Amino acid sequence: MNRHLISAADLSFADAVSILDTAEELARLAERPIPKLPTLRGRTVVNLFYEDSTRTRISFEAAAKRLSADVINFSAKGSSVAKGESLKDTALTLQAMGADAVVIRHNASGAPHRLAEWVKGSVVNAGDGTHEHPTQALLDAFTMRRRLGHLDGLNVTIVGDILHSRVARSNVWLLKTLNANVTLVAPPTLLPVAVGTWPCRVSYDLSSELKDSDVVMMLRVQHERMSEAYFPSVREYSRRYGLDSDRMALLPDHAIVMHPGPMNRGVEIAADVADSKRSTIVEQVANGVAVRMAVLYLLLGGGAAQ
Amino acid sequence: MSNWTIKGARVLGGEQADLYVTDGRFAPAAGPGSRVIDAGGLIALPGLVDLHAHLREPGREDAETVESGTAAAALGGYTVVHAMANTDPVADTAGVVEQVWRLGREAGRCDVQPVGAVTAGLKGTQLAELGAMAESAARVRIFSDDGQCVSDATLMRRALEYVKAFDGVIAQHAQEPRLTMGAQLNEGEMSARLGLAGWPAVAEEAIIARDCLLAAHVGAALHICHVSSAGSVEIIRWAKSKGWRVTAEVTPHHLLLTDELAAGYDPVYKVNPPLRTKRDVEALREALADGTIDCVATDHAPHPAEAKETEWSIAAFGMTGLETALRVVHEAMVTTGLLDWAQVADRMAVRPAAIGRLSGSHGRPLTAGELASLVLYDPAPVTAVDPSAHASRSRNTPFAGMKLPGQVIATFLRGTPTVLEGRLCR
Repeated sequence: MNRHLISAADLSFADAVSILDTAEELARLAERPIPKLPTLRGRTVVNLFYEDSTRTRISFEAAAKRLSADVINFSAKGSSVAKGESLKDTALTLQAMGADAVVIRHNASGAPHRLAEWVKGSVVNAGDGTHEHPTQALLDAFTMRRRLGHLDGLNVTIVGDILHSRVARSNVWLLKTLNANVTLVAPPTLLPVAVGTWPCRVSYDLSSELKDSDVVMMLRVQHERMSEAYFPSVREYSRRYGLDSDRMALLPDHAIVMHPGPMNRGVEIAADVADSKRSTIVEQVANGVAVRMAVLYLLLGGGAAQ
Repeated sequence: MSNWTIKGARVLGGEQADLYVTDGRFAPAAGPGSRVIDAGGLIALPGLVDLHAHLREPGREDAETVESGTAAAALGGYTVVHAMANTDPVADTAGVVEQVWRLGREAGRCDVQPVGAVTAGLKGTQLAELGAMAESAARVRIFSDDGQCVSDATLMRRALEYVKAFDGVIAQHAQEPRLTMGAQLNEGEMSARLGLAGWPAVAEEAIIARDCLLAAHVGAALHICHVSSAGSVEIIRWAKSKGWRVTAEVTPHHLLLTDELAAGYDPVYKVNPPLRTKRDVEALREALADGTIDCVATDHAPHPAEAKETEWSIAAFGMTGLETALRVVHEAMVTTGLLDWAQVADRMAVRPAAIGRLSGSHGRPLTAGELASLVLYDPAPVTAVDPSAHASRSRNTPFAGMKLPGQVIATFLRGTPTVLEGRLCR
């Protein structure tokens, strides 16, 4: 495995499976009376968050603490960053403090690549702009494997704002590596012009894709995309690309519904769908901690789980 | 002023011959007290002419000054550079263009020909005093809002028409602003994968097509800055086939580099217009070879280190180019057999001088009686580009560490050496 986790595209099949298998071991830990391992005792993990993302930050924090690492939360708001300190200077500061790993969330695509040039420790991408969010894809794959038993040959339909989605990018690359079949569904305006170069199918029609889907993953759609003319109205978007109970009924019985959160209930996903038995949304959050533990464990602890 | 005998230079890459410089001009025989330069194996070309450089003075002297920029130009073999107008204050009045012109004269290493802004403050709403700049001591003939597109069609039409009165030319930075809001990288496979906002080639091509039609309609001269896409080449080829007064330039970096270099998000590769694909590079090379694109212009755009040591999306656009241009053209065009050295002289000196209305003093033949502005270039060595050795104040070269052929050995401006043995004189 590489020193950093910046892009899901960098993971080999063996790397990805090793993370998922390790996460499986670590998930069992959560069932113990004291869900904590001493593995990363004395190691320092910095959560460097330039965007508000309480759920991802807490997930990484819980993961690091369950491995007994020291955790420093560095939020861009109320820090020297707000005074205009550059990413490079922040990186050099963290380096001087002896960070063994830096978990970075940033609104600029590629910020983790830049950071990796300036710190000696491991860099974990917790979401960069519209580029990637590899631990989200890993926890999604983990969730699919737990629910459906395998990933090989699985038909995964990802629906929504693909153009601006780091979750979609990471899922496309990771699921390709894990031999699942991905179909992207979106209005043409919310797909990259060059989406044809990606290892997946593309469709503009959600209903026609559902009967063959083992997994349907709904992405959050931002209201401001409407003012940028990506689609005419939220209602039209919801009618054409939202998952309501009528559409959900088209899915095979075993199929699951995923969402990386936070949801816009009533826009891309209807409330009854979000709360249905098919929905894995709450599990995804729980699985996120196990997967992030596995990532930190493998990057910092070395070796596969005992 | 010394007299010189340049022995055994290959004039325009041809047979070896001796050149004699007396009182600033080429002479048929050695002048009195003539100093001898052994130029065996060196190629002699007219002093290079750059239509497009950002010298940053006044306003951003931390990035470049006229002094440092002209030193870089001389080391690159240039004897005249056009200084773009996007300084602070903007070069949109006779006063500012005369200041820049005078700074160039004082530096003395290479002529500085200011480009005047098309619109006041580069704001795109009102014409700058184009006539006053044309009549100033700087004798401005090229007008450009470079960095900004003159996107208002009526304003562009008026500018094209207006400068006909003094044989001016409008140099357009072709970038449809609404199609490039927040754009970061050529829109295609790389931008899709990297999650960087796409910069479609059509944003350039749409403006070029519009402006060619406008230039034809009013019978005016249009120059297209830094052409970057295969589609732009097709439109320019079509406009030229109609006999319209359209000229175009391409940068060295667009002749050699592609958007795949952005994979590591190093903003040294961030430039406006963006690096595009291999197919575009091939089309640009072909167009420069067949004359559809008239000339090479550097778009030398120096920036201080902190403007590039950042996240990609907040980094400055631009690359330095004056000190590497000839070597890059050698690699992209000569090594590939697309141009011979006489054609390099045409694309880097003769034609840009004509577009800048400087044909009387630059881009001249290396024959007796002509002003002795020339460059001696050794095509043999292949060395890695070392930005720390550059005279530019800035280090943002995308060619750092890249092995490129050739070395500028000497540059003469009207008989006076500005560079000898590869080093600045003075």
